[in-house]
Amino acid sequence: MSSTQTTKRLAWIDQLSAVRDHQDRAAFAELFEYFAPRIKSFLMKSGTLPDMAEECAQEVMVTVWNKAHLFDPAKASVSTWIFTIARNRRIDMIRKNRRPEPEDLPWGPEETPSQADTLALQEETEMLGRALADLPEKQRQLIERAYFGELTHSEIAAETGLPLGTIKSRIRLALDRLRHAMN
Amino acid sequence: MSNIKHHLTAPLLMGYSAGTLPEAFNLVVATHVSMCDDCRAAVAEYDALGGEVMLDTQPITMDAASLAATFALIDKGAPAPTAKPRARGVFPTPLQDYVSGDLSDVKWRKVGGGVSQMVLKTDGDATVRLLKIPAGTAIPDHGHRGTELTLVLQGAFVDETDRFARGDVEVANEDLNHTPTAEEGLDCICLAATDSPLRFNGIIPRLAQRFVGI
Repeated sequence: MSSTQTTKRLAWIDQLSAVRDHQDRAAFAELFEYFAPRIKSFLMKSGTLPDMAEECAQEVMVTVWNKAHLFDPAKASVSTWIFTIARNRRIDMIRKNRRPEPEDLPWGPEETPSQADTLALQEETEMLGRALADLPEKQRQLIERAYFGELTHSEIAAETGLPLGTIKSRIRLALDRLRHAMN
Repeated sequence: MSNIKHHLTAPLLMGYSAGTLPEAFNLVVATHVSMCDDCRAAVAEYDALGGEVMLDTQPITMDAASLAATFALIDKGAPAPTAKPRARGVFPTPLQDYVSGDLSDVKWRKVGGGVSQMVLKTDGDATVRLLKIPAGTAIPDHGHRGTELTLVLQGAFVDETDRFARGDVEVANEDLNHTPTAEEGLDCICLAATDSPLRFNGIIPRLAQRFVGI
């Protein structure tokens, strides 16, 4: 085990499996305690009002319960998976439209994800999180704002006085740094 | 499909993951990703980054009764969603959802020059349509005010930049003026999204544009 943080990610997987297999409410409560306040924060940063963000965070967690059987720990960390649910909920809310999703990959004969794949993916996601935290402040903020969707690139340009091309190249630079940190 | 040569750009993949693209672009991205393992992997990476951005936010306390309210919602019950089966046919699943069927179900309308189209219903400023360009036919020379994404679903087209076959996507912007020409053989079927009208470089196409709405 590479770090306590990876241990935490593996614990989330166990909690989600307990929800899936035994409708385990205590395990769900632990996931809720960690993720709901972060989902709420993410939605508020994306421009959602506090009451609405509270309600949406609850709905996202209901979806986590209902879709627990679709989660695949060899394909995503729990944090990644919950982010995609929160993001889709935000799109539903803002645009009143559904988000077209790619079709699922055809599955091979083995259904159970391998332990090694699962562990490797959790470690990689943990590294990515650390690399993001280690970015220079301005670059990290640009990446975050791109995900909060609070402003388009041209709006960020108007607000910061930086040319659009500079914003785009700074985001590219930040992504390059992340990739470099991952290698 | 490893023979895809032309992929989506990083800003488009990131925008799809962040959920900031117009619906019309989302459809092109989802359709391309259904056919392209490279871009699927890239989207997974951007999703992972989004997850870490979410974890990195300062948590905001939920209401005291929040967990109980959530269990109450759970107890009301919702049908457990199932994974969608993979579509069989020319069109990947996300596109079939918008067409309500496969290529044979498309309701084509002629738009002149032998070209047919079907506009797909989406929200927002960007528009998306299916185009059928008969083999050997050219789309008139045109430029772009915004961004245009053209994804090939059947056949192939060639323009001043390269050749585009099934799964390939051409990302065009203000800098590109081109005359895409469908190759001989199969009719070329494309999914094309744009966030502003195309700019045709000739008087007759410009007139046609007013009727066609491209």
